Amino acid sequence: MIAFAIRRIFQSIIVLLVVGLVAFAMFNFVGDPVDSMLGQERTDADVERVRTQLGLDKPFPVQYYRFLEGAIQGNFGISYRQGRPVSEMIAERLPATLELAFVSAFLAIIFGVTLGIFTAIYKKGWAANIIMTLSLIGVSLPTFLIGILLIYLFAVELSWLPSFGRGEVVDLGWWRTGFLTKSGLLAIILPAITLGLYQMTLIMRLVRSEMLEVLRQDYIRFARARGLKDRSIYFRHALKNTLVPVITVTGMQLGSIIAFAIITETVFQWPGVGLLFINSIRFVDIPVMAAYLMLISLMFVTINFIVDMLYFAIDPRVRLEKRGDEK
Amino acid sequence: MNIRTILLATTIVMGATTIANAQTLNWARAGDSLTLDPHAQNEGPTSALQHQISEPLIIRDMTGKIVPALATEWGPSETDPNVWWFKLREGVKFHNGAEFDSEDVVFSFNRAMSPDSNFKELLASVVEVRANGKYGFEIVTNGPNPIMPSNLTNIFIMDKDWAEANNAVKVQDVEGGEDTFASRNANGTGPYILVSREPDEKTVLRINENYWGKDEFPMEIKEIVYTPIQNQATRVAALLSGEVDFIQDVPVQDLERVAATDGLKVITAPQNRVIFFGLNQGDADLATDNIEGKNPLADIRVRQAINMAIDREAIKKVVMRGQSIPAGVIMPPFVNGWTAELDKVPETDIAKAKSLMEEAGYGDGFSIRLNCPNNRYINDEAICQAAVGMLAKIGIDVQLEALPKAQHFPLIGGLKTDFYMLGWGVPTYDSEYIFNFLVHTKGDKYGSWNGTRFSDPELDKKIQSLASETNLEKRNQTIAEIWDVVQKEILYIPIHHQVLNWGMSDKVETIVSPDDTPKFKYFKLNK
Repeated sequence: MIAFAIRRIFQSIIVLLVVGLVAFAMFNFVGDPVDSMLGQERTDADVERVRTQLGLDKPFPVQYYRFLEGAIQGNFGISYRQGRPVSEMIAERLPATLELAFVSAFLAIIFGVTLGIFTAIYKKGWAANIIMTLSLIGVSLPTFLIGILLIYLFAVELSWLPSFGRGEVVDLGWWRTGFLTKSGLLAIILPAITLGLYQMTLIMRLVRSEMLEVLRQDYIRFARARGLKDRSIYFRHALKNTLVPVITVTGMQLGSIIAFAIITETVFQWPGVGLLFINSIRFVDIPVMAAYLMLISLMFVTINFIVDMLYFAIDPRVRLEKRGDEK
Repeated sequence: MNIRTILLATTIVMGATTIANAQTLNWARAGDSLTLDPHAQNEGPTSALQHQISEPLIIRDMTGKIVPALATEWGPSETDPNVWWFKLREGVKFHNGAEFDSEDVVFSFNRAMSPDSNFKELLASVVEVRANGKYGFEIVTNGPNPIMPSNLTNIFIMDKDWAEANNAVKVQDVEGGEDTFASRNANGTGPYILVSREPDEKTVLRINENYWGKDEFPMEIKEIVYTPIQNQATRVAALLSGEVDFIQDVPVQDLERVAATDGLKVITAPQNRVIFFGLNQGDADLATDNIEGKNPLADIRVRQAINMAIDREAIKKVVMRGQSIPAGVIMPPFVNGWTAELDKVPETDIAKAKSLMEEAGYGDGFSIRLNCPNNRYINDEAICQAAVGMLAKIGIDVQLEALPKAQHFPLIGGLKTDFYMLGWGVPTYDSEYIFNFLVHTKGDKYGSWNGTRFSDPELDKKIQSLASETNLEKRNQTIAEIWDVVQKEILYIPIHHQVLNWGMSDKVETIVSPDDTPKFKYFKLNK
């Protein structure tokens, strides 16, 4: 077990390093930050001076090495755009993204599972058909369009919900939350729906097909023969067996919710790390882009690592295969 | 309780909340200020926010006219032509209560001239700044500088003691990896006080009750809540839904919708920005064309033909939906040196343009690449697409390469493009600024935005002489001479002057400033 864990950690670190290298190789194509930094009145001499000071004249592996050197000491540098420490900026923005991701995931799971069960049980009913058709829209419409449509309907036409921002936030010292004010709760509804819609339809369709599968099994038929109530059959016997693959997929999707938040955050001016990243790309704010990409890849790597470890604990086959490898 | 009483009660409650919020202005624009450090970034949104909190010695009012701020009077010294004197306003206090005097001005100017300041180029001719008593201040330049005041309208004054106490003496220095207190905090003398700020999220300002000009200006807005909203559909939606009262950049496709909405209006004015194409006419051969060993753009007839082929009226009508003013010169109308004659729009004449191409030996045309930004100016990429079609009519086959600004502008600075779009604003309102950056031969100090490879030592001398020519008549004469050359040589192909559209609630009363910089002390509110 420990050997397996160490090997996986080692692989994770290599993945992280490669992601960083690829990222730095691409920064050259994003543009030149010096122009944005110096403004219109810069002379050519200024441009040269700043480029040398920032080390932008060096080849990208050298830039990457310098970044790693700082990162190992916990120093991600200073943002070119705002002139503030990158770690501070990301720490400040992360709560907004995590709250949004949490609420979206929560909505996606609650509605996805409920609707999935519903459409599986009443698979021939008209309501189920409507839900299934609508879910196609959820999968096929691009996020920004859904966001704009929701804004026009609920903010402009009905004036029920705010069209942008996070509302009033309460500062808990290390975490700025929007959960404690009314405007904060209202503000999270539209972005959370926009971000979670895709995941919701995914979960719904997964639950539905798993449920249909399970309901065809013999033990369900025996349960019915025993005269058990429908509710007990559906929720105690069928649902439990449906959830194993659902949990796996949902866990993996959590990472992509945070990564996909970029578009939702831009549409709703949601002040999270995704919006920060978009702004950084426009400005070619290399320290922020590098830190964000490393953070996201670290997150994915960690989630994968945990999933692998869980499999290892749950599924004896993985262990056996590993032993087979070692021989 | 019948329905009428309920309605009445609701009206009263709603009325009460409107009164409470009536003097708050919710302000949104696409970008946020980058920093609160007044000397770190010379960039539109950054200066616009700073103008509410801090003040320079002199400012431009909403019409663009120079008016007193922290200085009450100024002028060139009678004894020494290299000196400008300023009389400072007495009895002004910073937001923290500290007194404003000449020490603060000397400190702020030295800070603005330090290597990491983004404003040092505007003060490049300054040799020394010195106090002359508690309320006197002098600027010594390396030669007479007749237009000094117009360079000072964005040089903000900080409190010296505050900066020293908070380790903010140096301008924030990104390269050196430093973060200063001043990038997140502000202590100015301006009409509004910073209450809170979360970058890219929300900035709240409240009125400065002790402002020196409290009785002089309307100052009807008591609180400002500033939110950047970068997605343009969301920004318009926020205005339509009443969540914001004032947005600075209404997309041209939404103008009618906003104007037609009850309770909202759009006001429009020419912006201090002209859009044009630059042509590489200096190189012997071009990398991006299909003619070997020759540079077609070096031939004046080809440049004339291009100038004639661009139909500015069509661009205005189709691409800009009427929101542009076709231009004949690369200078906004309020700049010193501008004449209606220079700005006369060149006539579109395809037949004549074709014959010019033939004369020049390019009757069969040629192909060339056009570099264009796609996120900097209003409809920038669409303008370039229109130009591609227009130039095709005279046989020039243009390949359009539209890139984000962060990739586009380095091409101009690095001389990697032969045909490009550029926009230019003139903060000093004087032609010299345009010549220094766009006409002078490219070198270490001058011509950093001149991508035309044009070089004329005679003209360079004339341009440099403008900095210290005190005889204004003679100076204006030189300016006119330089413009003659620029126009005759067709150094650039002007397209249009950009137009600003501010969208706002009916309750807001203002005019549009040509610099796209609202100064809220001038704003009025309709009750």
